[in-house]
Amino acid sequence: MTINSIQTRRFDTLIIGAGGGGLRAALQLAEADASVAVVSKVFPTRSHTVAAQGGMNAALANVLPDNWHWHMFDTVKGSDYLGDQDAIEYMCRAAPKVVYELEHFGVPFSRLDNGRIYQRPFGGQSQNFGGEQAARTCAAADRTGHAILHSLYQQNIRARTHFFDEYFAVDLLKDDEGNVLGAFVFDIHTGEEIIIEAKTTLIATGGAGQLFRTTTNALINTGDGMAMALRAGVPLQDMEFFQFHPTGIAGRGMLITEGARGEGGYLVNAMGERLMERYAPKAKDLASRDVVSRAIYTEVKEGRGCGPNKDHVMLKLDHLGEDVLQKRLPGIRQTCITFLGIDPAEQAIPVYPTAHYTMGGIPTDRYGQVVVPVKDTPEEPVNGLYAAGECACVSVHGANRLGGNSLLDILVFGRSAANHIIGYLKENRYHRPMNEASVEKAWQRLHRWDKTGEGESVERIRADLKKSMEDNCGVFRTQEVLDNGIKEVSAIAERLKEARISDHTGMFNTARVEALELENLMDVALATVYSASARTESRGAHSRIDYPERDDKNWMKHSLYSSEGRKLDYKPVRTKPMSVTSFPPRPRVY
Amino acid sequence: MTMRFRIYRYNPEADQKPYMQDYELQDVGGDMMLLDALLILKEQDPTLTFRRSCREGVCGSDGMNINGTNGLACITPLSGLKQPVEVRPMPRLPVIRDLIVDMDQFYKQYRDVKPFLTVKDPLPEAELQQTPKQRDRLDGLYECILCGCCSTQCPSFWWNPDKFLGPAALLQAARFLCDSRDQATQERLEALDDPFKLFRCHTIMNCVDVCPKGLNPTKAIGEIKKMMVKKSL
Ligand SMILES: Cc1cc2nc3c(=O)[nH]c(=O)nc-3n(C[C@H](O)[C@H](O)[C@H](O)COP(=O)(O)OP(=O)(O)OC[C@H]3O[C@@H](n4cnc5c(N)ncnc54)[C@H](O)[C@@H]3O)c2cc1C
Ligand code: SF4
Ligand code: SF4
Ligand code: FES
Repeated sequence: MTINSIQTRRFDTLIIGAGGGGLRAALQLAEADASVAVVSKVFPTRSHTVAAQGGMNAALANVLPDNWHWHMFDTVKGSDYLGDQDAIEYMCRAAPKVVYELEHFGVPFSRLDNGRIYQRPFGGQSQNFGGEQAARTCAAADRTGHAILHSLYQQNIRARTHFFDEYFAVDLLKDDEGNVLGAFVFDIHTGEEIIIEAKTTLIATGGAGQLFRTTTNALINTGDGMAMALRAGVPLQDMEFFQFHPTGIAGRGMLITEGARGEGGYLVNAMGERLMERYAPKAKDLASRDVVSRAIYTEVKEGRGCGPNKDHVMLKLDHLGEDVLQKRLPGIRQTCITFLGIDPAEQAIPVYPTAHYTMGGIPTDRYGQVVVPVKDTPEEPVNGLYAAGECACVSVHGANRLGGNSLLDILVFGRSAANHIIGYLKENRYHRPMNEASVEKAWQRLHRWDKTGEGESVERIRADLKKSMEDNCGVFRTQEVLDNGIKEVSAIAERLKEARISDHTGMFNTARVEALELENLMDVALATVYSASARTESRGAHSRIDYPERDDKNWMKHSLYSSEGRKLDYKPVRTKPMSVTSFPPRPRVY
Repeated sequence: MTMRFRIYRYNPEADQKPYMQDYELQDVGGDMMLLDALLILKEQDPTLTFRRSCREGVCGSDGMNINGTNGLACITPLSGLKQPVEVRPMPRLPVIRDLIVDMDQFYKQYRDVKPFLTVKDPLPEAELQQTPKQRDRLDGLYECILCGCCSTQCPSFWWNPDKFLGPAALLQAARFLCDSRDQATQERLEALDDPFKLFRCHTIMNCVDVCPKGLNPTKAIGEIKKMMVKKSL
């Protein structure tokens, strides 16, 4: 295929990604009569939002007293004071409305006796700014993500959104002034390449959990959108903060939702002790995720792990009774039966911290506009470019995300990005001229994989990358280990340049897709190790043995990593909320 | 343990016609799933093509025909499979390549039942209320992951793919008919009242046997039929 024969399609808006973030935005836009194209490398309901289990936070106060301001406090504290308080206020205030909308879209939430939406306690939630445990997580059993993703897809069917299913986005297209003009994509079925021209482009491509060997993330979560942004000259923000979920199934990675502890489950070590009593006397098993993950890691390291290799701890649910398990946690019960051959109604589940969530990402403001530093202004919008969902960094999660806040994030900011785009489209009626050079560049990146001859395989390089990330960028970090990470990942990145694939056919060429995904993963890995090595403090999920304390004086700031020169820059945290007073940093105890 | 596989191969660009390829895998662990094996085989032969994503039975990507029965590779333990394990694409849909089928027809049937909640009254500021008992009626209906295992194993679907809606779409129809919040019951039932769309189901139960989520489309179809009878009375 030659570059001149490439077809062009034109839309007002292009959305890359059909997970919860992308679909929520698409719906808002379709209802406003904008022409919108949604590109997804998998059929929409196969996006990883489908796997979310425990639920979504909103201060509905259906079970216990609650209000958005308490939710805001918990989120700021959970973020270890790295979250931007204006965005957090916006999200927590919007949460109840966004949940009610979802309910109206058809989401089959579990119900309370009075007919209202069921809410369960999750980690890091409190009433009254750090008081008693709250119950803020709206749930559809333990299949909340499935319920939300399918309902959103269904509403998009009603709204007749235009889908490009199983199309792979290669790169963003932009002109010399930096305006984003759309994306270069190809149809995975046929291999046919197309240019999608759009006045606005929203990246909603999800997380990068495939960076690590053991992960709760799907095989498609390769950080594509983050890498596209990097290649378009946008820095990535706060990439050193990667969440390890305390309760992945040991050795396998399938997630056991925090909702299991919310329903009354608890962790025990080899001696049968409730280990969290020692690490978080008040919140115990419902302390923040970073706290619980470090506790499990420490137990195992100090020899109190379970099993023949003493390499995990146990999550006990059997005391909850079969009824509660079947009603509230049917999905994880099935997962345990399938993958471990044990029924949690009878036996405890072996668990260990597992790579789970990318806190960092493409920097945006609370309207979803991608913002970059330009001269003296730290946050200048990139014309025509938006991002929302796990690939973005608003930042509402800061250094550590609270359970139940990501589904909220993707929906609140998917919606607000769409609203901003609607306004933008009113003022920008025409497509800008396409930039040939940027098409050429994207085309080159794709066709680099046409090369034949000797070269290492994608599979080997990918395995080495994941192993290196696990070894050098895990739960606990030191300068020595992180610098080794930089060295190893850089060397692996060099090898990728000379790699080859052996399949050069056009139709459903998954070998080519995986090669492109690995390139994306590599860019994101570099961003992660470089950002982590530079931050000499411990904050949220970034725990340094050599710098065990949080250092607000020097480090209460966001990292910005650029590919060009692998350079780091910083910008201040937005500590000023929209309307309430700021929560100043305090020691974080649970 | 060593395991043998026979896998359906077809790449329309390279092959005159489909063929079965034999593979062998050493060191198969006792707790491995079929998808784990396919992923290793793909490392050895990167041209082997199939869909996959979540690895845990929630995304519905990897429906395929395993020793004659449809299922999800990611939650099918190797230990229970007769050798050589024969893996084919799900039957009766056009094959795009190897184990990948074109699911357009299946998705169209899904869209045909208008699978979205329809509320005609003005919406309240908060949630629409639903009792736990009303909500319980959705259990066994809403969990479908659109994998296609049921419909592509249904004889009525094989014979009339363009007219009979198939178990997956009918399960979705039931999901909205059974939702106490939905206000399009009448229209939904009228749309299904057709000698083919619904009534071609001969309760052969293949769909129930293969559904990897343990759902029961036959029962759901029965419910719809009951609602229709009630309506016409
Ligand atoms: C197992 C698990 C359980 C979770 N449980 C919860 C929970 O209970 N509560 C909570 O709040 N959060 C939870 N999370 C987190 C939350 O589910 C995710 O952060 C969120 O769903 C991400 O949504 P998204 O829309 O940003 O991306 P995704 O749902 O990951 O969607 C990404 C989309 O981008 C598309 N895409 C990516 N790259 C390309 C490309 N190159 N070309 C074309 N398309 C592309 C994909 O096809 C997909 O459609 C959980 C996460 C996991 C892994
Ligand atoms: S019971 Fe009906 S829908 Fe299910 S396989 Fe048989 S004919 Fe098909
Ligand atoms: S009913 Fe079961 S088999 Fe059929 S598509 Fe849904 S999940 Fe798959
Ligand atoms: S890979 Fe998702 S269902 Fe099997």
